[in-house]
Amino acid sequence: MSKSYSEISRDGFWTNNVGLVQILGLCPLLAVSTSTVNGIGLGIATTLALVFSNLLVSLIRNVVKPEVRIPVFVMIIASVVTVIELSMNAWFHELYKILGIFVPLIVTNCALLGRAEAFAFKNSPDRAALDGLTMGLGFTAVLVLLGTIREILGSGTILAQAHMMFGELGNHLTITLIDNYHGFLLAILPPGAFIGLGLIIAVKNLIDDRNKRQAALQPKIITANLKTA
Amino acid sequence: MVGKQMSTAAAILGGFAILCAGAVGFIYDSTRVQIEDNERAARVAALHELIPPKLHDNDLYIDAITAESHNWLGSKKAVPVYRARMDDEPIAVIIAAEAPDGYSGTIKLLVAIRYNGELAGVRVVNHRETPGLGDYIDAERSDWIRQFAGRSLTNPDEKQWQVKKDGGAFDSNTGATISPRAVVKAVHHALTYYNSHRDQLFAPATPPQSPAKNPAESARHE
Repeated sequence: MSKSYSEISRDGFWTNNVGLVQILGLCPLLAVSTSTVNGIGLGIATTLALVFSNLLVSLIRNVVKPEVRIPVFVMIIASVVTVIELSMNAWFHELYKILGIFVPLIVTNCALLGRAEAFAFKNSPDRAALDGLTMGLGFTAVLVLLGTIREILGSGTILAQAHMMFGELGNHLTITLIDNYHGFLLAILPPGAFIGLGLIIAVKNLIDDRNKRQAALQPKIITANLKTA
Repeated sequence: MVGKQMSTAAAILGGFAILCAGAVGFIYDSTRVQIEDNERAARVAALHELIPPKLHDNDLYIDAITAESHNWLGSKKAVPVYRARMDDEPIAVIIAAEAPDGYSGTIKLLVAIRYNGELAGVRVVNHRETPGLGDYIDAERSDWIRQFAGRSLTNPDEKQWQVKKDGGAFDSNTGATISPRAVVKAVHHALTYYNSHRDQLFAPATPPQSPAKNPAESARHE
């Protein structure tokens, strides 16, 4: 029973979101999500690493014995992250200057090992790569959301330092919401990350609950209508 | 049977270790030259941000020596010192000093000092300070580092060479004073070193070329 592409995508973005449901990769998630730009940076780097590690794990799933799979996963992930870092440094140096500091952080993200074990090792390469992509993008969405919330509360801006990511154009993207804002330090410090993530998870659960209740209500209304008719 | 299974597993594991190490080694080897070129280009660009090209007529990257002073330059190893000259007259030096006591490890700096002992500017080239908190010492993140331009050992005087929180003259952000404290201290140390070693630092690089690698020309002092 392999999942359809749309199921895999829905899992990655919502139902089984790395940051909100699996609660994996908290170390980089909480440490880096101090601004929108940081969130985008770590998100892109993580997605890239997830796609390649998932793809490789899926390709070797029939060769590797289950007994030694975990050390093999660890070696693959470490190599993928190192290769991405070196190649970026050599051929995309401008990008490396921005994302470079985030790449080594990916090694602390257990989502990579988690996806290798839970999905890639049991699925075909195309599905594994798609799983990596959507899980990565789902993680990116949480990072950007949390980063934006913390940036607004902590420094009163959105997309500050966007020029580091988008070049000169980025200077026009920065929005200062509140002038002379003194900053709510708690939002920038680690507790702000925990509180922010907690609130986002709460909102997600609220939405899920409402959807479930509506789904449960729908058939009853139909049967009720039928009876009155 | 069990023995055979174990040896197959071990062989697979060993095979993958060799494959992974080989892949990383191959990529390392094929990117090394490019990465060095990139770093050199980035270094020259960083140097020119402090001492603009129109202020000197020599090649900063070639006209370099190394200086070693664990106490004053923050590193146990010799650090590069780039010299700027115009018509063979000394203009300024850029010392790649280090601040060893950052919040998370060493902060690498470029400290540009004009011949008269005044700071032309300071830049952080490498640091691992907390993103969003201590990283405002980076010129990309804030203008904090620009307040050093024009300062010298006598401006402000020695007691004022601290962050404002410690009673000094330099700004710092609330909740993140460790990083700026380390930078202020390192810059002050570099200035002190320059003050007592100025002539050695500007000593001409005698032939043969590539003076940076010749230990005989290093200014070795504690």
